[in-house]
Amino acid sequence: MGRSGVHAGAVLGLTPPVGITAPGWTTDTAAAWVRACARVIAANRNYLTALDAAIGDADHGTNMDRGFAAAVEKLDETPTGTEPSAVLRLTGMALLSTIGGASGPLYGTFFVRMSKACESKAELGLGDWAEALDAGVEGVVFRGRAEAGDKTMVDALLPARDALRAAAKDGLELAAGLAAAAAAAEEGMRATTPMVAKKGRASYLGDRSAGNQDPGATSAYLLLKAAADVWG
Amino acid sequence: MKKLINHPDDVVREALEGLAAAHPDTLRVNLKPAYVVRADAPLAGKVGVVSGGGSGHEPLHTGYVGKGMLDAACPGQVFTSPTPDQVAEATAAVNGGAGVLHIVKNYTGDVLNFEMATEIVAEDGIEVTAVVIDDDVAVTDSLYTAGRRGVGATVLAEKIAGAAAEEGRPLAQVAAVCRTVNANARSMGIALTSCTVPQVGHPTFDLGEDEMEVGIGIHGEPGRSRSVLRQADEIVEMLAGPILDDLGAETGDQVLALVNGMGATPLLELYVVYRRLHSLLEEQGLRVVRRLVGSYITSLDMAGCSVTLLKMDKELLRLWDAPVFTPALSWG
Repeated sequence: MGRSGVHAGAVLGLTPPVGITAPGWTTDTAAAWVRACARVIAANRNYLTALDAAIGDADHGTNMDRGFAAAVEKLDETPTGTEPSAVLRLTGMALLSTIGGASGPLYGTFFVRMSKACESKAELGLGDWAEALDAGVEGVVFRGRAEAGDKTMVDALLPARDALRAAAKDGLELAAGLAAAAAAAEEGMRATTPMVAKKGRASYLGDRSAGNQDPGATSAYLLLKAAADVWG
Repeated sequence: MKKLINHPDDVVREALEGLAAAHPDTLRVNLKPAYVVRADAPLAGKVGVVSGGGSGHEPLHTGYVGKGMLDAACPGQVFTSPTPDQVAEATAAVNGGAGVLHIVKNYTGDVLNFEMATEIVAEDGIEVTAVVIDDDVAVTDSLYTAGRRGVGATVLAEKIAGAAAEEGRPLAQVAAVCRTVNANARSMGIALTSCTVPQVGHPTFDLGEDEMEVGIGIHGEPGRSRSVLRQADEIVEMLAGPILDDLGAETGDQVLALVNGMGATPLLELYVVYRRLHSLLEEQGLRVVRRLVGSYITSLDMAGCSVTLLKMDKELLRLWDAPVFTPALSWG
């Protein structure tokens, strides 16, 4: 990825308020996000697989790439209507039926639950985004039964959710909120390195899983970073 | 990487096409989504038995589809769980009105995808009972892990539950027999070399010429520890010890012994392993009543082996001996 640690505060300070033409995410923005996810996952395919080879079974990059490529293909051939929730739902269903592994049900559930949380909204402002992320992360926790500190994607998602909640409460701009969420996810991702895995295939390693960054937390960060970049 | 493949992305589909062409009397293959069903499915009034998991463990699971064993198998990508839609469609395809048993190896991905499939088919009123197989003693079963992995006992559970379903027993009884197999079976394996995932192109892990990985899984994930390479007899003792400790077998107990090759180990070596295992079990006062030696649950081109012991009783013996007609297991 080539990014050195970005401090949350630095990101906040550097991010100008944008999205002037619209107060929130439209269908087009949601679609742009999914396409950006596909690009960043494809670019990091080998990196994610290498992280997975160290503590899992060396397929995370391949699986995520296949899933997001399928989501983009679906977007290309489906009229997405006027609600961002339709884009999120279509993405979740595509991921569910193509990724496989644990990531398929988890990321599939993430997008489908986000979609449900923002049904019938034409635009997503910061408050809507925070609610959607809340629902998505809750879905992942429910499906995977993982807790903070288990060395999973939850360790990147929970801090991101909290950061977005706080941003909504503080009345920040959506761009600043998404940037803060991405920064929190990055910090959470880095914090997985010393952890001993308690869920998923990495848990079979016991103490030997420590010292490796979690591939699921890494892909979760990449998706949130893509969201911030799309709107930043 | 040297493999008999055309393109890494096509391996699973092309292997399924080959399987269909090779065994038209036994099974049918559906490609979108991918699943394999026995040729005469669905059978009215019979419990359907469905399993599945990542590809790369052949003959598990697709090679066990046929009369007397699995009604359907759902192959995922290499070492990747199948998706919920695959499992849901396979389940519907073999539902004969008596419900369906899912035999699931205990991996987070497999459990989650089968769970979601169960939720999908429940909307159509199909009753599903899942039995999770977790026989690998190399993994500590605690709150701090995903629990023991499902390995060699899966083959035995599929055969025995398949026989119970073939007899026309109700879902609750077929599931109970499957749970009995899991409760009475333990396994452990070692790797001499890594496997190479076709889409990755290089070995998943490095093992020195004089090293072996003890307590290996079936996906190239590391095991319990790395050790200096030992001779076959000593390796058998390293595997049988933890299995017997955990199984709680007593003098006079009857066992089925499975010596399984990981994919690249010749049968010649597996019989060297079985030789020591057999004598060791007799020294312990156990009676080996059935045995299976060969590559039944593999890890692509990994060299190594696993040992599985199943405590047998009259009922399990009868179901094990019942006729079976699948590409990889066939008798009676």
